Amino acid sequence: MITAVASGKGGTGKTTVAASLATVWDGPVLGVDLDVEEPNLHLFLQPVIQGSQMAHMMVPAVEEAKCTYCGACSELCQFKAISVFNQVILTFPEMCHGCGGCMAICPEKAISSGQRELGEISWGRAGDVGFLAGKLRIGEAMSPPLMRMVKTRLDVMLAAEGGDAIIDAPPGVSCPAVNAVLDSDVILLVTEPTPFGVYDFILACEAFAPLGKPMGAVINRAGLGNDAIYRFCREKGLPILAEIPYDRAIAEAYARGRIIADLSAGLKSTFVALRDRIRDLTKPSQPQKAAHA
Amino acid sequence: MNRIAVTSEGPSVNDQVDPRFGRAAGFVVVDLETMDTNYIDNGQSQVMAQGAGIQAAELVARAGVNCLLTGYVGPKAFQALTAAGIKVVQNLEGLTVGAAVERFKSGQVEMAQAANRTGR
Repeated sequence: MITAVASGKGGTGKTTVAASLATVWDGPVLGVDLDVEEPNLHLFLQPVIQGSQMAHMMVPAVEEAKCTYCGACSELCQFKAISVFNQVILTFPEMCHGCGGCMAICPEKAISSGQRELGEISWGRAGDVGFLAGKLRIGEAMSPPLMRMVKTRLDVMLAAEGGDAIIDAPPGVSCPAVNAVLDSDVILLVTEPTPFGVYDFILACEAFAPLGKPMGAVINRAGLGNDAIYRFCREKGLPILAEIPYDRAIAEAYARGRIIADLSAGLKSTFVALRDRIRDLTKPSQPQKAAHA
Repeated sequence: MNRIAVTSEGPSVNDQVDPRFGRAAGFVVVDLETMDTNYIDNGQSQVMAQGAGIQAAELVARAGVNCLLTGYVGPKAFQALTAAGIKVVQNLEGLTVGAAVERFKSGQVEMAQAANRTGR
């Protein structure tokens, strides 16, 4: 089972929840940092890194001697990564999404596969918790290609070792956020009861609901703000799976890189209960007995 | 230099020079011999998430111009325009298209050697 910990608004506590959930998981589990633009799950899990590899994406490399400047590649490319001007062909590797279309369409077979470095994938262990993370190269504009490669490695690791995974997703509702939750079995939306938290939470619900996955809310900093988030969840029938209190001690522990489930018996039981509710959410619902009149 | 393109907020020489190249509303193409003009809409580039400058360069190259008058050009667009053999005059924002063309004809302009905007 893959649980994606997502949010609309950033800084609501995705990593806090993901790290705590991983440590209370009842079985083999992998903590996966898919927030590749600013990964920070490692700060809390503090894994021993056992391996890493650089990730690359294929981009067009043109053998200009073979090019007839017919423009087929340029017309096909939706991202302007390859462009023909009279007798000159230009490539913009940083614009390329790696689809390979230009290579396939070139009638002269003049385009081969070059490489653009996307970033680094690393893996290791933090006690009982497995660890996997992607880190985007500074200057790289697109995170989904690297995220997909991290997810491919996740599939390999899950196939080899079994167990579950908890994904620390990037914030927002754009391509990176959707990519992070796309292959999950259940989506946790972490939010806070502030106006910003509520606003972005609603956006996230709207973005992820069409995926048709079980979703639940975790309300962090409960006690702050107002009750709008509770009303929204009630109206939409979205279960609130856990509440984490607005508490200075939690903020201090977070700032020291501690896992908050370790702070107190109360917080630990909050995350244990969250884990059990996530499992319940993914159980196939029992067929309702028909009500006979 | 007989055909030039000017980034424009509208279709006529009385419209303002659009300071942007890649995301300009359109291009007024002027034949310097006859002073005939025609307009190329750039709406297609305006809606692109990325690559607007490259697409705009393709558009003006297809129009067969030798020179572009505009406000500012990013690095990829500049590279593309150079590849297409199009000279670039920058920093003409604040003028009408007609005034920019007159300034160009009077020779009081400088051909750009590099992009004057950084890319994203």
